[in-house]
Amino acid sequence: MAQRIPVVDYLVLDPPHLEANECRTCRALFFDRRNACAKCGGTEFGRRALANEGEVRAFTVVHRAAPSIPAPFTSVVVDLHGGGVVKANLLDVTDPEQIVPRLPVYLDTFVAGVDDNGVEAVGFGYRVRKDMA
Amino acid sequence: MSSGDVWIVGTAMTRFGRFADKDLLDLAAEAALAALRDADMNITAIGALALGNVYEANSHNGQRLQKQIGQTGIPVYNVVNACATGATAVRVAMLSIAGGETDTALAVGVEKMGKMGLLGSAAKKRDAKKEFTPSGRYGSVLKTEGVLGTSLMPGVFAQAGTEYALKHGVTMTQFARVAQKNHAHSVLNPLAQYRKEFTLREILEAEVIAYPNTLPMCCPTGDGAAAVVLVSDAKLKTLDPDVRKRAVKISASVLTSDPWSESGQALPDVNTLTRQAADAAYEQAGIGPDDLDLVELHDCFATAELIHYDNLRLCEPGGAGDFIDSGAPWREGKIPVNVSGGLLSKGHPIGATGIANLYEVATHLRGEAGDRQIEGARVGLTHVIGLASACAVHILEARPGVA
Repeated sequence: MAQRIPVVDYLVLDPPHLEANECRTCRALFFDRRNACAKCGGTEFGRRALANEGEVRAFTVVHRAAPSIPAPFTSVVVDLHGGGVVKANLLDVTDPEQIVPRLPVYLDTFVAGVDDNGVEAVGFGYRVRKDMA
Repeated sequence: MSSGDVWIVGTAMTRFGRFADKDLLDLAAEAALAALRDADMNITAIGALALGNVYEANSHNGQRLQKQIGQTGIPVYNVVNACATGATAVRVAMLSIAGGETDTALAVGVEKMGKMGLLGSAAKKRDAKKEFTPSGRYGSVLKTEGVLGTSLMPGVFAQAGTEYALKHGVTMTQFARVAQKNHAHSVLNPLAQYRKEFTLREILEAEVIAYPNTLPMCCPTGDGAAAVVLVSDAKLKTLDPDVRKRAVKISASVLTSDPWSESGQALPDVNTLTRQAADAAYEQAGIGPDDLDLVELHDCFATAELIHYDNLRLCEPGGAGDFIDSGAPWREGKIPVNVSGGLLSKGHPIGATGIANLYEVATHLRGEAGDRQIEGARVGLTHVIGLASACAVHILEARPGVA
């Protein structure tokens, strides 16, 4: 099996889920490397695993993208259950009519690219929960 | 005793468009000299200069402008603050007056964007071996645009619009009506980059850029400049009566940045800082949204204008869709919004935008807006927001007792 690496370090591959930096003082969540907390100024952080399920808060279907990016694709902002808000693609949906308020979604992964050593970069996106939509 | 008020006594803008034969300094000088003429002043009267520009901000354009229109040794502030750059330059000029550095200041905003796009270019052909190596604050191994959603301007403001739409039931047609209005308004504005009216159907059926925004629902890039000459209350009293009677009071001037919100790192929150700026400005001016005769707000995309109806308290909470349907923001409506054509049609040379909207409102308050004049306008509001984020709101009032 090819070596796999996450496209961003807040994606954990085994098993697939997102992890955030959590401020020890105010519990604010961040996906990026931190110098301090943007909410309270705290400087101590821990790691927190986030839920794989959530609801669509906002979306767009991008039709005109930079030449190297396949379009159309759908970008969604997802409120994760239990905390955290993240942006990713909504996989296999490009019809805006399918996106309703609080659309339930779950995390899935896909291969976003392969480098010259055959290493696969694994990205994440969301799929519509058909049982609840 | 001086009231501490600051007044606009001169203002001007260039036409917005694409001017291959003019450089940044030509545009800045054109607006600055016209604003000085409008104030019946010479550059030697100016005690401080603030120049706003984004894309050439490392060139110290304030001093370069001085070398074209007058090197008088005054303090110069070069200002950059995203799409609020021009408005921030105005605030710097005001603060210079408020701080007692001078009683007369010039603020200029200028941008030369040409036909630059906002989407970036195709990937360059690579020679080096491709090896995934985590880098940056997210440990990314590849460019994530299009892989992990979109972070480009059309997508960001589309998502800001659908966030509101999913909550309050706004339709694509309601978003499109914003663009229909602003393009129709621009027909009356000789300084607008575009002056073409579109039917609602044409807007809805145009190429989708980032749903729900189609091409006519996105502002163009372009070139242009705008300027204001500001004076203290004490200085105003010394000026010629013909200048005094056309003076416009800056009743409120507020600048905010975005406070932390949980969703802000996934989708820039353009709402909270706008609400905070608007509320502070209304309090500073001692007026409410019902007192406004016109508004120039930051319609970089049609979706943006619609949500700012709510953020600026122009409509009932959650009622921005009904507000556009009612016709209220049309020039004949209850609160005319973007009678200049707005960013969507007047254009958006970034550094100039925040001063051009002051020019527009001041021109109406002076009763000098020609074919597009909002009759009897006495109070107006301007709003700009740039991602980073920075938001500026100004409230202007016609001089009391002047018809």
